[in-house]
Amino acid sequence: MSILINKDTKVITQGITGKTGQFHTEKCQEYANGKECFVAGVNPKKAGEKIFDIPIYASVKEAAAETGATVSVIYVPPAGAAAAIWEAVEADLDLAICITEGIPVRDMLEVRNKMKKKVAAGGKETLLLGPNCPGLITPEEIKIGIMPGHIHRKGRIGVVSRSGTLTYEAVAQLTEIGLGQSSAVGIGGDPINGLKHIDVMRMFNDDPDTDAVIMIGEIGGPDEAEAAQWCKANMKKPIVGFIAGVTAPAGKRMGHAGALISGGADTADAKLAIMEECGFTVTRNPSEMAKLLKAML
Amino acid sequence: MKIHEYQGKEILRKFGVTTPRGVPCFSVDEAVKAAETLGGKVWVVKAQIHAGGRGKGGGVKVAKSLDEVRQYAGQILGMQLVTHQTGPEGQKVRRLLIEEGADIKKEYYVAALTDRATQKVAMMASSEGGMDIEEVAHSTPEKILKVFVDPATGLTDEQALYLSNGIGVPEGSTAQAVDTLKKLYTTYMETDASLAEINPLILEGNGTIKALDAKFNFDSNALYRHPEIVEFRDLDEEDADEIEASKFDLAYISLDGNIGCLVNGAGLAMATMDTIKLFGAEPANFLDVGGGATTEKVTEAFKIMLKNPKVKGILVNIFGGIMRCDTIATGVVTAAKEVHLSVPLVVRMKGTNEEIGKQILRDSGLPIIAADTMAEAAQKIVDAVK
Repeated sequence: MSILINKDTKVITQGITGKTGQFHTEKCQEYANGKECFVAGVNPKKAGEKIFDIPIYASVKEAAAETGATVSVIYVPPAGAAAAIWEAVEADLDLAICITEGIPVRDMLEVRNKMKKKVAAGGKETLLLGPNCPGLITPEEIKIGIMPGHIHRKGRIGVVSRSGTLTYEAVAQLTEIGLGQSSAVGIGGDPINGLKHIDVMRMFNDDPDTDAVIMIGEIGGPDEAEAAQWCKANMKKPIVGFIAGVTAPAGKRMGHAGALISGGADTADAKLAIMEECGFTVTRNPSEMAKLLKAML
Repeated sequence: MKIHEYQGKEILRKFGVTTPRGVPCFSVDEAVKAAETLGGKVWVVKAQIHAGGRGKGGGVKVAKSLDEVRQYAGQILGMQLVTHQTGPEGQKVRRLLIEEGADIKKEYYVAALTDRATQKVAMMASSEGGMDIEEVAHSTPEKILKVFVDPATGLTDEQALYLSNGIGVPEGSTAQAVDTLKKLYTTYMETDASLAEINPLILEGNGTIKALDAKFNFDSNALYRHPEIVEFRDLDEEDADEIEASKFDLAYISLDGNIGCLVNGAGLAMATMDTIKLFGAEPANFLDVGGGATTEKVTEAFKIMLKNPKVKGILVNIFGGIMRCDTIATGVVTAAKEVHLSVPLVVRMKGTNEEIGKQILRDSGLPIIAADTMAEAAQKIVDAVK
């Protein structure tokens, strides 16, 4: 088992004909069961063509109907990315993974509100991972996204992070000391996104094949604190936590009004304190995340 | 991206919000002429810099004659204005706004910003206008009202009325306050702002509601669809090194320490800075080279870091994923030679072709110190600069 995806997952690639989409689709196909998993691409102008033997369809709906795919990965450039997410939602997919970096916040705000309304009206919920994320991987089964596959090993540790390279850092540390991963999930660095730490922690808690979790966050926003509170009440598995940005200057990136609305909980120090209070083993040394976790097993 | 107050007011007026009449000026003579043209008996001479807290720092003065306009404009123009947002060195005032005086009866605070938790735009209002709103949030949080707006409907009349009544706008001015709030929301959405703040929004003696200040911040991801806002960019207000870095697609922020660091990925870059601090030193910068750490980018990154005279050592931390470590090592060696690097350099590389990369560093003939982990790298650079 694992969370969200496994070797039997069928994936549609939106933006498969672009440079980034092509490059990463090929890498994903080469990884583990990728040849079986990546079954469709979407581009209305190139419907009927093929790329790496993957058939291209005019729409996500058509691709899903023809192939039975339930997940899509999006490499569409920023200006069209929110519309691509909405297309995946309208096709009633289970999960849309948006890799695209640089989507206007307003576009994300609008599509997230439309998604919530669809669910509130009784429509099928499509989960969103990202945007601006590396994607997710269930090692030795399937990789959907831009992470380097070879650093991962199959195992029983979950990893969730807002940052791409910091996820790789945690994964590489785990693999190096002989701990494999059940799934590694990058939720992305944008302010308005889909799945948050709390959602992924819930899934890891419910996953019988995950024994412990490394949760990595960074400055800004209330998500890590929210997840920590939830974990305090519900999480049955050990967690190592790290927050990047103890040395990040206030006022850069975060406008003062942004800090105002989320209270004083969005500095790294405040988040580390809340996580510790909620029973996480927190570290200020990102080089020892895996070592700390191993000591808890 | 930030803009000046006078530019913010120009945007507000375009969306129908009432502001005092005013003229931006670049010289004392222009300021006096502007006051003459505006007419009246009272003018406000306002320093235009991107930081807040200008009044407290002496950057806003009320002039009661044209002579005073000349005097204050002369004082303010060219001064190093120090506020709680500029840092101790302050910011040089290069532009002024000359505005007609206002008959202030009451000051309010209104703002729009994106709330991450609810994934909606929050419209905020307070009766405590004209003050530092962070201070109000800290000491009397109950005096800040918030509503969250559904993007499909926009700010409703009910929501705007709740805010207007909640902050005590008198009945005769309610309609204009509601209208102003709705227009502020529209301005926020239509311009892809990440912050739109009017502090203070004033009530004049005759009941008119006016925006006496305007502070905007814009979502840089959306600037591609707002050339009219990009035109407002004032490079004098930005860090020269950060501008230089952005030309090469490098995310760079200057800090106060003495260890330069060059990392791929924002999260790993922050983690590297944190590790440097953990081992007793302070980072000199945040620098994310992004996914493609090519020779050109690494060379430019070195040049930018080394412009800072405080930098006594450099730590390179690269997680080679898609990008291979041998490529990165070649880039680092070429860049170090090109800039004649004279400060200690610690390189930590991880990932694809790690061993080949390390061999390239060893064979380079440069005194590069290799490290296996972030912690080891931080320890080694801290020791090397001692």
